[in-house]
Amino acid sequence: MRTSLGERVLDLVVSGFLWGFRVLIVAAILIGTIVTISAGKYTSEQWIDFVVFGITTGSIYALIALGYTMVYGILRMINFAHGDIFMTGAFGAYFLATWLNGTGFIDKNPLLGLLIPILFAMLVSASIAMLVERIAYRPLRGAPRLVPLISAIGASFFLEYAFRGFFGPGKYAYPPIKALEGSWNILGIGILKVQVIVTIAAFVMMALLYSIVMYTKMGKAMRAVSENKDTAALMGIDINRIIVSTFAIGAAMAGAAGVLYSIVYRQIDYFMGFTPGIKAFTAAVLGGIGNIPGAMVGGLVLGIFESVGPSLFLEGLGIPRPYQLKDVIAFTMLVMILLFRPSGILGERLTTKKA
Amino acid sequence: MKRLYTMLSVLVLASMALAACGGGATEAPATEVMTEAPTEVMTEAPTEAPAMYECTDALGCVKIAPDEPVHIAYWGVLSGADASLGEDSKRGVEIAIDDKGGQLLGHDILLTTEDAGCVPEGGATAAAKLASDTSLVGLIGSSCSDETVGGIAAITNAGLTTISPSNTRPVLTDPARGPDYAGYARTAHSDAFQGKAVAEFAYNFLGVRKAATLHDGSAYAEALQQVFADNFVALGGEIVAQEAVAKDATDMKPVLTTISAAGPELLYYPVFVAVGGFVTAQIRDVAGLEDVKIIGSDGIFTADLLKGGGANTQGMYLSSPDFSAFTGDYAGFITKHEAKYGGSTLSTFHAHAYDAANILFAALEAVAVVEADGTIYVPRTALREAIFATKDFKGVTGTLSCSPSGDCGAPVIAVYEIMNSDPASWNPTSADAPNPKKVYP
Repeated sequence: MRTSLGERVLDLVVSGFLWGFRVLIVAAILIGTIVTISAGKYTSEQWIDFVVFGITTGSIYALIALGYTMVYGILRMINFAHGDIFMTGAFGAYFLATWLNGTGFIDKNPLLGLLIPILFAMLVSASIAMLVERIAYRPLRGAPRLVPLISAIGASFFLEYAFRGFFGPGKYAYPPIKALEGSWNILGIGILKVQVIVTIAAFVMMALLYSIVMYTKMGKAMRAVSENKDTAALMGIDINRIIVSTFAIGAAMAGAAGVLYSIVYRQIDYFMGFTPGIKAFTAAVLGGIGNIPGAMVGGLVLGIFESVGPSLFLEGLGIPRPYQLKDVIAFTMLVMILLFRPSGILGERLTTKKA
Repeated sequence: MKRLYTMLSVLVLASMALAACGGGATEAPATEVMTEAPTEVMTEAPTEAPAMYECTDALGCVKIAPDEPVHIAYWGVLSGADASLGEDSKRGVEIAIDDKGGQLLGHDILLTTEDAGCVPEGGATAAAKLASDTSLVGLIGSSCSDETVGGIAAITNAGLTTISPSNTRPVLTDPARGPDYAGYARTAHSDAFQGKAVAEFAYNFLGVRKAATLHDGSAYAEALQQVFADNFVALGGEIVAQEAVAKDATDMKPVLTTISAAGPELLYYPVFVAVGGFVTAQIRDVAGLEDVKIIGSDGIFTADLLKGGGANTQGMYLSSPDFSAFTGDYAGFITKHEAKYGGSTLSTFHAHAYDAANILFAALEAVAVVEADGTIYVPRTALREAIFATKDFKGVTGTLSCSPSGDCGAPVIAVYEIMNSDPASWNPTSADAPNPKKVYP
């Protein structure tokens, strides 16, 4: 195919601009980092704190991102209601935990007091996600890609404002768990108990999910449907059942994330799913959407960058009030990854048929 | 494939540019309303009875037929984390209406509300809606300074006047505030007073010399922490850090770590409820801030802070209008509030809202022209002038006189200490066990 001179010049200008953009961002990060480190404002304990804070937030992002990535892997659609599924889990756990707390159960059995609300939240989230799938997505299967996407946005608004209608626009506070207060001294560094527990819980959930997908019959069927729906159906796999279970499992992860999030940050309201949802979507794209380990890596990378970034490179560049730009870091990363490595850090597993 | 992504990024940039233009575009409907509203009202008048009133007011008149109510509106934050701030003020207006027996000049008073969500965009949307309603005679609101910044141009240009019970950003009533603010007055104090009072409390009462501030980028918080910082430095103290977060931020530990690295003895965060709760709940977890003194302001003077902030709120200081310094019948107001709604007041500006509504009613009664058949004409410019001419008005919060730039408040600021972190114990007006309790002056 021959291209005209004009087109070639345009291509050159565009790629020149993109290269300039890459160099600019990398230079900004490097200069900022060097200036901050040489200023010596922060001790090494504080740097470790930044990373630990980032890992906690990041592991919650990762848990939510799993749902985005699994649904995308199977249906090639972005389930924008996923952030609100996260919110429904937090609400479910809140009501149960408040009741349990009233009876003094949580103080007596901290482990069960943590586990029971998580399981309940997973149940609530999974049921609501299955309903959403049945009502808002299944009738649209086979429609052009944009249609279920719009439907997902509608489902997201519906969930938000339904919860606002039921429980009001105010804030709820998740009951504090006494056993998780204070910090542990690990290798001479004080790390908050709640962060250790939340991070471990998130990693256990992720490991569980990964083994379901990789080593069970259902997981195998999921992977088959993701490879090719029609062939999978011919092999005797009930596609509808697999899609519903994908939604349910992804939502259960989001529900668990909702509880972990509420334990760390306390405040619960009908709109709480919006920002974490968008961030987790960013994390999923960052890691390579459709790729389960990618979602975990993407979540952690995003969490750590958000936590470390403002003080590490923005402050060094002399930007006042760097923490106001935290979201800018996250979304710049999204733009960067879309521009320069659209398949994500670990790469989307695309066969030629899907691309 | 590569070209597709380039196109995508261009699309993203284009949508960003569009979004950026959106802020400016909101003013457009306002000017439209300005040119339309008065003429519409004036042309309506001649169709009435022969002995009609001829409207000569520059901004036109609102005509209220004998069977129509006097329509006023409250606009402010009625949803989200800061809903208690707006709801509290709304109750003040409702009590003022009850005191009038629900009637003004023989007409029922109709109160409608418009949620502005404590953000400039919400203020602009609410104001555009209010500006297009030609039956409105006057407004009470908004709650958050941001809402006023976003919406005041539309309201002023529609010929309406609003009295805010709780906006405290100093520049809103600055003599050089610009023509958009011609329809704006407030009964709340300016933060020029509040920031100064907190700085004096920190320096003289707590004996702190190194302070840090944190704000959430809102018009209110950004200005208030700056007033505090300026006054604190003027007293001889040192501001070691001034940080800010986004309004929807949840993880405060990184920014608190940065603040901790500067080594303050006190952190002042005059923010709103969501951010205030997150900061309070997380501050003791950050190494170096375990014993730092914490102060908030009137934006988080509500039991909702205790829900979000948890046990850490105990011992926290909050500045607020000084309830014990109100010269009017505040106890009587509280009795009415108790009878109507039960429980404690939700936030700090109920009495200011009550006064704002009564100033509006007094001005309405002074300027309204009542025809023999009960039709009322309210000339808009005259109403605005009557509000700004308020002098020695005996309100609950004090004896109020409005300045030419709309400052009607009688500012007396106190600092309160939270004695108990249980939200159910919140009752700043209780005589025997107040929580929070006044500690300064």
